[in-house]
Amino acid sequence: MAKVTFVTPDQESITVEADSGSVMELAVNNNIQGIDGDCGGVCSCATCHVHVAAGDVTKVGEASEIEQDMLELDDNANEFSRLCCQIEVTEAIDGVVLTVAG
Amino acid sequence: MKKSAISDPFEKARLEQGVSEIDDQKDPVKMVLGLKDVRKCAHNWKTYQSGAAPGRIVVPSEVHIRDTRQIPFEVDPPEHKSYRDLVEPWFKRPLQDEYKILLKQQIDALVDDVLARPSVEVVEEFALTLQSRALTLLLNTPYEESDVWIDWGTHVFRSEDSDLDADKANILYDYIDQQIDNAIASPTDDLYSMLLSSEVNGKKLTKEEVKGVMILTFAGGRDTVINAVTNTIAYLAEHPEALRHLQDNPDMTGKAVEELVRYFSPLTHMGRVATEDTQVCEHAVKADSRISLCWASANRDERVFEKPNEIMLDRKVNPHVAFGFSHHNCLGATHARQILSTLLVSLASKVGSIDIHQYHEKIEDWQQFQRKVGYDSIHVTFHANNK
Repeated sequence: MAKVTFVTPDQESITVEADSGSVMELAVNNNIQGIDGDCGGVCSCATCHVHVAAGDVTKVGEASEIEQDMLELDDNANEFSRLCCQIEVTEAIDGVVLTVAG
Repeated sequence: MKKSAISDPFEKARLEQGVSEIDDQKDPVKMVLGLKDVRKCAHNWKTYQSGAAPGRIVVPSEVHIRDTRQIPFEVDPPEHKSYRDLVEPWFKRPLQDEYKILLKQQIDALVDDVLARPSVEVVEEFALTLQSRALTLLLNTPYEESDVWIDWGTHVFRSEDSDLDADKANILYDYIDQQIDNAIASPTDDLYSMLLSSEVNGKKLTKEEVKGVMILTFAGGRDTVINAVTNTIAYLAEHPEALRHLQDNPDMTGKAVEELVRYFSPLTHMGRVATEDTQVCEHAVKADSRISLCWASANRDERVFEKPNEIMLDRKVNPHVAFGFSHHNCLGATHARQILSTLLVSLASKVGSIDIHQYHEKIEDWQQFQRKVGYDSIHVTFHANNK
């Protein structure tokens, strides 16, 4: 079981947990504001953009080249950006804090 | 080649030049073919604008048959955002449970109907009917209104004689004018009334602006949805194992929808007008000339997609641009996705196999490129699922 904390555009901090699936699915299932996941998680729509807390980058890992290409054209992207449909929920990400890029 | 296959006519030009120029009513269009280039140009609204003369970013151009600006489609940032923010929540309604239930009822009833018939012409008797009925949900108008749209036939703009038929376009425009007047006289809870009572930047929408949103809603989601639905039937006819796979793995439905729209790319391309002298793939683009973002080519880019010409229903990473990209991504995408996923679930549950009889492919003629986008007609028989 992994706990993930989302910080929404309204600065609300919401901690939810799951043991499988993608972080995008976890967010959508819990109605996290600003995470739409329109394409269902195939890295096509960029509506699940988050900024990973600086201390959690190693836990979450790096974006693939395809994901980086998507993020490159997102106006809110920075070095901490990830599309959370591409982050799997595993014990390895327990405790991470993700800020919705909006 | 299989009857349901859609080949990629852009491969050679995409690999060798990255762009290819076609003429369109003496207003040439430089088609951008690679996925990364398409995305970059789509994102760069300052250099490649949508807010040109109404109809000019559409290929073939509609400047001679339309004066109304489609909204938010033919508006650039920053004004674009206010319009988009206004309509976005309405076009996300397909995610609501009540909407999903009604859509499922419509589609299940239609599938039951075609299963009971010996032969069905899919374009007119299935896809057009499905699209028109589903549009009543998107507009929140009475179900019976779909009969009017079905009577218009498969093309709002195109007749058999011409790609750009002003008389047919006027049927739609006059209809929308009348519906707007009706909504002014007696408001309901439909899309017309919502728009008429809305403000953008402190100003009520004008009738012309409401008309611009409505034309976009009708035109953008008609041929595209009809082709996607028809192509889906053709594909499943030749891949009955996919029906069983979807029946046994309903979690796969979302990925299957994304893969089908990537492969079909129901909208081949969409134009932009350059605001300055620039270049794409080292080819000069002059100010006030047109480029197009070729979604169909980008979606077969072998530098990004493994086995791009194969349908892999469980494709996990699928960065397609079938619904466009960036600010102007398809407003109707939520509705379209809901239609296709509901259709797949219904077919997987009810249909065992589909036989294709005679068919006539719809080929778009872009001069050096001939692209199959769907079917003018395709006759099939649906057989019930006994599993």
